[in-house]
Amino acid sequence: MSNQTFLRFFKRQSKNISQFWRQFSRNKLAVASLILVLIFALIAIFADVLYSYDFVTSNSLENALLKPGETSTVYFQEKDIEHTFILGSDNYGRDILGRLVHGARISMIIGIVTVAMSLIVGVILGAIAGYEGGLVDTIIMRITDIILSIPTILMSIAIVTALGNSFFNLLIAISVQLFPKYIRIVRASIVSIKDQEYVEAARVIGASDLRIILKHILPNITSPIIVQSTLNIGSSILEASWLSFLGLGILPPKPEWGNMLSEAREFIQYAPHLLFAPGIAILLTVLAYNIIGDGLRDALDPKLRR
Amino acid sequence: MDKILEIKDLHVNYYSNRRTVRAVNNLSLDMQRGRVLGLVGETGAGKTTLALSILNMIRAPQGKIISGSIRFDNADILGMSNQELREMRGKDIAMIFQDPMTALNPVLTIGEQIAETIFKHEKASKAEAWSKAEEMLETVGIPGVRAREYPHQFSGGMKQRVVIALSLACNPRLLLADEPTTALDVTIQAQVLDLMRGLIKTNNTSVLFITHSLGLVVENCDEVATMYAGEVVEYGTVEQVFGNPLHPYTKGLLGSLPDYSEGSPRLRPIPGLMPDPTNLPKGCYFSPRCPNAMPKCHEAHPENSSIEGHLVKCHQYQENLHVEQSI
Amino acid sequence: MFRYIMRRILMLIPVLLGVTFIVFSLMYITPSDPAQMMLGANASPAAYKQMREDMGLNSPFIVQYARFLFGYKHPIFGYKGLFFGDLGRSYVSNRIIFEVIANSFPNTLILAVGALILALILGIPIGIISATKPYSVADMIFTVFALLGASMPVFWIAMVLIYIFAMNLRLFPAIANPGNFSSLVLPIITLSLPSLAIIMRMTRSSMLDVMQQDYIRTARVKGMDEKTVIFKHALRNALIPVVTVAGLQFGGLLGGAVLTEKIFSYPGLGSIMVDAIYQKDTPQILGSVCFVAITFTIINLAVDILYGFIDPRIKSTFSAKKKLVRGNQ
Repeated sequence: MSNQTFLRFFKRQSKNISQFWRQFSRNKLAVASLILVLIFALIAIFADVLYSYDFVTSNSLENALLKPGETSTVYFQEKDIEHTFILGSDNYGRDILGRLVHGARISMIIGIVTVAMSLIVGVILGAIAGYEGGLVDTIIMRITDIILSIPTILMSIAIVTALGNSFFNLLIAISVQLFPKYIRIVRASIVSIKDQEYVEAARVIGASDLRIILKHILPNITSPIIVQSTLNIGSSILEASWLSFLGLGILPPKPEWGNMLSEAREFIQYAPHLLFAPGIAILLTVLAYNIIGDGLRDALDPKLRR
Repeated sequence: MDKILEIKDLHVNYYSNRRTVRAVNNLSLDMQRGRVLGLVGETGAGKTTLALSILNMIRAPQGKIISGSIRFDNADILGMSNQELREMRGKDIAMIFQDPMTALNPVLTIGEQIAETIFKHEKASKAEAWSKAEEMLETVGIPGVRAREYPHQFSGGMKQRVVIALSLACNPRLLLADEPTTALDVTIQAQVLDLMRGLIKTNNTSVLFITHSLGLVVENCDEVATMYAGEVVEYGTVEQVFGNPLHPYTKGLLGSLPDYSEGSPRLRPIPGLMPDPTNLPKGCYFSPRCPNAMPKCHEAHPENSSIEGHLVKCHQYQENLHVEQSI
Repeated sequence: MFRYIMRRILMLIPVLLGVTFIVFSLMYITPSDPAQMMLGANASPAAYKQMREDMGLNSPFIVQYARFLFGYKHPIFGYKGLFFGDLGRSYVSNRIIFEVIANSFPNTLILAVGALILALILGIPIGIISATKPYSVADMIFTVFALLGASMPVFWIAMVLIYIFAMNLRLFPAIANPGNFSSLVLPIITLSLPSLAIIMRMTRSSMLDVMQQDYIRTARVKGMDEKTVIFKHALRNALIPVVTVAGLQFGGLLGGAVLTEKIFSYPGLGSIMVDAIYQKDTPQILGSVCFVAITFTIINLAVDILYGFIDPRIKSTFSAKKKLVRGNQ
């Protein structure tokens, strides 16, 4: 492969990217969601700067169930600190906003890692299935069908129950739900292109398989994969909150939005902020990813391009 | 001879992505009752838009009839209410479209699709409508019992015949046929056209036959109008226009037909392209491509000149008239 | 038609086998030792060995899997197998696994079916309205609502609804049971929201798609009024994919029931599963998952078959083949 080819490839991509951005930016809601996601990402990355992890996971029972905005003294690391609980405190006296911030970090990690894992596995399996065809294809598709016929939460519950309750198992349980979608996308694309005449023609003039993949298959799968990945991050975070709520994911005192909600259950009548804070955090995050995913789908759809 | 259709100064625009497409521009056309008028033009000339305008089916916000008048049998179409329009469509004016494969609803039987028009427009009962539907199928050469079947069970040619049966079911006075055979094989084409000719003659239906094929016009039409960039540039009987083409565009169309007798190997297309409908040229729309263009052509838009009922929109003939008059 | 159904049933079998295989494999690799759970921590090594023998845990994987499906003959620990609806007793709770499931599943069905019906009754009309007036104010509101519905965890919706309607407005009880209809309102609404959102969007996009089709233009050109065009011509086509989606939603509903039931203290299979999770009752958990998965697969089969009835293209291809032979070109 010559340098020329790569250069042309990238030049074309940058033109596509600017065209895409013009289309995408017309969707104000999607742009707003993108900004929100970036803000959340920044918060997640700089969580330690905003609130120390230890502060957020240590109990301070005398400060339990404070209302949002209240200030109180917290005995932390052998000092008495004046602290304003911006969103109030939970039943253990821990700062809710602080826990939300660290929860954002955990959610982000879960989202990115699970999507990355399932993407790699899914694309590879989908490629094999599409390219090889025959028995291999049938087997892979059957496995996909089987996974899809078990409702997602139940599958995750089953996996975590069997493998034990750990962070890694949580990631596996969630990833398993996600990769069938990638398999389908990649396989469908390969199957539809494999037998096209222009692929035969390319082969005849000596194009290598790699070139065919780069030139014909990659452009077709990039868009749906990007869209699906965005939506999957949202699903992944949602799924993680379900499992944590059940006690099968991230366990307290580690701050995860789902387990914060399970702890809140007993107290919602007296301290509704315990219920609304993490819930709205989940809602906004997943909603933002869904809106971005939708916006991406519209912007990348060649049929809608001018 | 009376006129079944009179269109005057029709302007139709489409709006997309902040651009205005001028699909039909200052178009005037008359149709005689009981005749077949061929409307010839390339893709993009505005033929389908014209047909849909006659039915007042240009949908906002994508498109709008800006100005002009359309009179059908002396009724003002553009002034009709929705109710009146719906009653007219299918009953007095019918339309067939180009692609038979997608024109029929896949989840309804073909009998139902024909019967529903009859049921709506004529005071028939459901049973009567159904048996009339079966009859219509017979007239287009499909066994009536097949009315119970679904569109996917028929081939392309048969589907188009169903569409024809559908359109003629209520015996409309005017039939708008938008490239009815373009999507069909040549042999099927011949069958379908024979069928249409027969039915039209029996019912004395007036037909607006839209096509881009000059051969079909000669075979099937009494009169012809050529359309370019949204307006009619020439009109007359088939003998007049094809025997003595006046407009340079018409001449170009005829000239671009391969001439087998001469043994000349090269084709002679009209140089250039149709103008961009969002940015029409000043003056005569054809002037950029016209071999006889005069300076006047690029400045002023030509009017209609008439020579014994043979109409043409071209400055050449206006000049001659002027010259004749001054003598 | 018969052939179509048979073909679908045949494709079902490998999927069912696969599901049971996965569930069983998960059970197999669970780290907890059943023998230890039965005998406690202080028994002798010989006792453990004997117990493992009695419970059939020393046999090879395949044998155990076969027993899982078709039964295990043993005076104490025997059972008739999954195929016959019997997985024996849980070694944690000592209750008969399938009995527990059979007693609680009908309650879950009440919620799930109620939620699906609600989602369809509301979702389809709203979808139609959105499609006929796209980008209008109403459409925008509905779209936002649909996006919200797909982004909120069901258990949170449950808690919020309890907070508003049960605790503050005191309109509905916070605890639900199948006998009391008004107590079912909140859980059914909660459960239906995500499905409602999806069905709404699906109907909308399907209708928009269909309305662009040529045959809709034909119907208008024939002079049909808008109501006929929408309901007779468009809807029948548009609902076909919606039916499929609705069937798939049922799986999500069964899964969503898991948490919703717990929050409303509703005695359904979901609550059973959550309790089993807290008690680490692996056999009960996995037995329940297996059951739900099989039910879901069968429901998908039913939807597939139903699809064959409503789409004439499939219906006619598989019936009266003879009709196609004559009358051809």
